[in-house]
Amino acid sequence: MKLLSYFRGEAFQRGVHPPSCKLTAQTQIRRLPFPPKVVVPLSQHIGKLPHPIVKVGQEVVRGEPIARTDDWLSVPHHAPVTGVVEFIGLRPGVRGPWVESIVIRAHPGSSQEDLWGQPRDLSTASGADILQAIWDTGMVGLGGAAFPTHAKLTVPKQAKVHTLVVNGCECEPYLTCDHRVMVEQADALVAGIRYAMRATAAVRAIVGIEDNKPDARNAIQEAIRRAGSLPEGEIHAELVPTKYPQGSEKMLIMALFGVEIPAGGLPVSLGMVVNNVGTLAALGRLLPAGRGLTERVVTITGPGVARPGDYIVPLGTPIRFVLDYAGAPDATARQIILGGPMMGQAAASLDVPITKGISGVLVLRGEDLADRAGLKTYPCIKCAECVESCPMGLNPSQLGMLAAKREYDLMGSNFHLGECFECGCCTYVCPSNIPLVQQFRVAKQILREKAVAKS
Amino acid sequence: MRHVVWSLLPVCAFYVYQYGLSALASLVVVTASCLATERFFVRQGGQSGDIGDYSAVITGLLLALSIPPGFPLWMGAVAGGVAIALGKALFGGIGFNVFNPALVGRAFVQAAFPQAIATYTPSFLPGRFHELIPSSMALPLMQPADVAVWLKAKQLDALAGATPLAKWKFEGILANADELLTSLSGHMAVGPSPALILVCGAYLALRRFMDWRIPAAILGSAGLTAWLLFAFNDVRYPNPFFMMFSGGLILGAMYMATDMATSPVTPKGMWVYGALIGLLTVVIRYYSGLPEGVMYAILLGNAATPLIEKITQPTPFGKGGRGKKSASYPLHPGYISREDAGAVTPKKRFLPNKPKQTERES
Repeated sequence: MKLLSYFRGEAFQRGVHPPSCKLTAQTQIRRLPFPPKVVVPLSQHIGKLPHPIVKVGQEVVRGEPIARTDDWLSVPHHAPVTGVVEFIGLRPGVRGPWVESIVIRAHPGSSQEDLWGQPRDLSTASGADILQAIWDTGMVGLGGAAFPTHAKLTVPKQAKVHTLVVNGCECEPYLTCDHRVMVEQADALVAGIRYAMRATAAVRAIVGIEDNKPDARNAIQEAIRRAGSLPEGEIHAELVPTKYPQGSEKMLIMALFGVEIPAGGLPVSLGMVVNNVGTLAALGRLLPAGRGLTERVVTITGPGVARPGDYIVPLGTPIRFVLDYAGAPDATARQIILGGPMMGQAAASLDVPITKGISGVLVLRGEDLADRAGLKTYPCIKCAECVESCPMGLNPSQLGMLAAKREYDLMGSNFHLGECFECGCCTYVCPSNIPLVQQFRVAKQILREKAVAKS
Repeated sequence: MRHVVWSLLPVCAFYVYQYGLSALASLVVVTASCLATERFFVRQGGQSGDIGDYSAVITGLLLALSIPPGFPLWMGAVAGGVAIALGKALFGGIGFNVFNPALVGRAFVQAAFPQAIATYTPSFLPGRFHELIPSSMALPLMQPADVAVWLKAKQLDALAGATPLAKWKFEGILANADELLTSLSGHMAVGPSPALILVCGAYLALRRFMDWRIPAAILGSAGLTAWLLFAFNDVRYPNPFFMMFSGGLILGAMYMATDMATSPVTPKGMWVYGALIGLLTVVIRYYSGLPEGVMYAILLGNAATPLIEKITQPTPFGKGGRGKKSASYPLHPGYISREDAGAVTPKKRFLPNKPKQTERES
């Protein structure tokens, strides 16, 4: 089979083809009502915590800044609802530990219109002005990594960017939020691409879309035609063969340009910047209006959801509220995964809020997991399936055996653990059910802590 | 693992058809012995794995297919016990064994009972479904009955009981490759049918329960080595097809060398491992005192596996691997390489990719 894929000239080497399960690919994006209370964690991204600029009891309107920061790798936050600040303190966070959060009680009956923000004309703004404007929106990568967008679009001094790669792959099973955004908000996406091109001084933009979403490509090509000739440069929409994990920027660049990003390097070292379609579509909407990021599109899906779909969810909405609205009964739901099934993490609690980095909520029932429930983990028999599926060309079998012996330093130094981006292909194909990627996450975390302790 | 057993069943069925009751008894006894030993160690030794994973069944069937059909049953039981106990349980159970358990068992009986393991009987004997080969029923710790006498009573000369490889080695008689491949012509002392094994192995490879690279490398390397020698001196050396289809090479290449736990995991390593086994097989067959060399070649290959893996680790993405030849877009003409621009690649702050020397020294 590998031989066949070699002759077909596949997008990138190895990888897997999980069932796509895109239940909501044809459903229109719908809007969720305000929950009675929203919880805005201050830490939704890397970098220092922004500090709150509101007090308990203060009234805020939707879109008003509620936390500010001076750290370049951090972003401000905006009030997702109109209401009263009720509490500032520790609340359950997405990853488990409680985190500093701002709790806002929503005014019943307040509209979802953004009341804050000054429309402005950015048609003649310089790149630096646009970057500053992007920072003010509080935008982070909506694909899941939640890296601050203005930092990602900032080109290092000696580097030069020629191409903006727009990531519309959405290779994770079940998730369709990027797909729907491309279909329904193609004009906003094109506007966002133009801003990003001006911020990075790129002369062309290429939207990479997996070939199971031809309607998204058509919609974007329509929007490009409507936009006419652009002063920024040319925009293309390109189909790439469907394969997991194409949504990784290294894999997408391999698929589009046939070049490998050097290990440890960023796409900018090849003159490229990669951004997610959801991020750019949101930018295209927010920048001219001068508003902040207060909501995002989230795919609520899975066999345990009665009304699966892509919903516009105010940030900070508790997952419990979202699931109630989408019709997921608590009694039968067994596992709730934030993100996609391959890379997502199980929710620590139903009280955790939707943050900027959550692209999907997947609900699985007991019977969906039944065929995996009794499975035991067997010893590694070195079948080499993982080696043949690792898109990064690592040796997960060896890494797994080392992880079982806690030889974390050896994993990092001799077996390239640092290159692993936790796509989960090895765990997906393992016939012995060894939780490889989970072990690698632990190992990377320990190495990271060691490096911090040393410095 | 279940699929490997299923794919072996046609081979076993044809083997029983060739050799009759004795072959059936041998298959059953050896497999039962393997299962009993496995059960003992899993229960008593707290080993990983269990009987339900079918690995002991595979070991038993392969071991039975690799010994003569008339092999005394008590010796077969010993072979099965040794295979699991010394070949697998000693190392910690499934996944941790260094050598293929079936071959460990066979190597043991080859050393312990050299006479019995060299005594083959011809296939398709009349009356094979009614009587056992007399050596099968030897009492434990007793010498088996002389098969040559029994064969003489059936109007066959003793030479019919030698394998094609032994005939070539000691008598200089070559068998035809097509006869060897199908094993259908009568009165030949050959093992299970290579053609059938090839078909069943192909099924496994297509279903991806087995890596196609290892058998391809073994057969390619053995065939190439034999062909080179044949081209060098076609009187002294037999033709390469005789080498490839005789003895246990096909069975070894398809089912024994591909044992996952004892073969390399790296794709490049699989080629090296297979090439090594193919070369060693031919060398042992030609230049040693033994007519057959597949077993020792695979055991040596198993021993070399950790070393092969060490030198054939895959190249990670972005570390000098090749790019694709055709791509949708070229890099932009305005692209300035990092070196031109004097840019510094931002390094990850954690996980240094090389061990620090100072740490090692201290």
